Amino acid sequence: MSPRIGVVTFPGSLDDRDALRAIRLSGARPVNLWHADSDLYGVDAVILPGGFSYGDYLRCGAIAKFAAVMGSIVKAADNGLPVLGICNGFQILCEAHLLPGALTRNQHLHFRTRDQHLRIESTSTVWTNAYEPGQEILIPIKSGEGRYVADASTLAEIEAEGHVVARYLRGNPNGSQHDIAAIRNAAGNVVGLMPHPEHAVEALTGPSIDGLGFFTSVLAHLGAHV
Amino acid sequence: MARVVVDVMLKPEILDPQGQAVANALPRLGVDDVRSVRIGKRVEIEFSGEPDLDRAREIADKLLANPVIEDFALRVEGEGEQT
Repeated sequence: MSPRIGVVTFPGSLDDRDALRAIRLSGARPVNLWHADSDLYGVDAVILPGGFSYGDYLRCGAIAKFAAVMGSIVKAADNGLPVLGICNGFQILCEAHLLPGALTRNQHLHFRTRDQHLRIESTSTVWTNAYEPGQEILIPIKSGEGRYVADASTLAEIEAEGHVVARYLRGNPNGSQHDIAAIRNAAGNVVGLMPHPEHAVEALTGPSIDGLGFFTSVLAHLGAHV
Repeated sequence: MARVVVDVMLKPEILDPQGQAVANALPRLGVDDVRSVRIGKRVEIEFSGEPDLDRAREIADKLLANPVIEDFALRVEGEGEQT
């Protein structure tokens, strides 16, 4: 039986449908999860999708971290459940302290929507094992608060431990420190990234199908472990 | 009314592009002696009973501010600042 991957819908989530679709295209079974329901229904992995959870009213991701489902996800992530946060999902993972640092207002203050070149730097995570080290990919980015920041010691630690998963190439879209587009936790089961792999899984609608690797990676991991 | 005021500011080392944009607009007002502008948030919390600084501090720490990038200061309105 193919693995079941859950996607959480928060009030204000936008990309949950695309994430569910990408999961289906990659060969896994998509499962809808609901922010107010703490039950994860036995899914094998979870994706926190892009959008504007709770309107981003206070800070991006700040209110979502208190959602009932997040309590279960934080606990499960500590026990190794694969969790991918995309865009707003990345912001939520940082607010929930599953990943270090924070995402702040783009340096130039403009919302940036474009196809973005990235270099995959860490391929030992649950979500990036399908890529080659140093592989360049092209997937969309669309965010106004995507500038990754962390204090100097945290940044040094992330770099020393090889926890940068992807960097922006050919232009940093938001002023992110060290051109960081994606980071991971030490175990490699939690990854957050600002650009959108779920929008690059079909030639008809995406700039490439380079995003598919995130979804096939977790499938490969689960195939080996479930 | 019992009210606690919380000021949330980006830490000094965190870039504040919004403040910079305001600073860059000041010369248009004929103001040319401002070195920097930083923008934060002021939050007013009203308790139904006595103002509870400890509860307010917990609210600020867990929700109003992100300690990774922001500092906060709070005070009961009409009194001095406490951090």
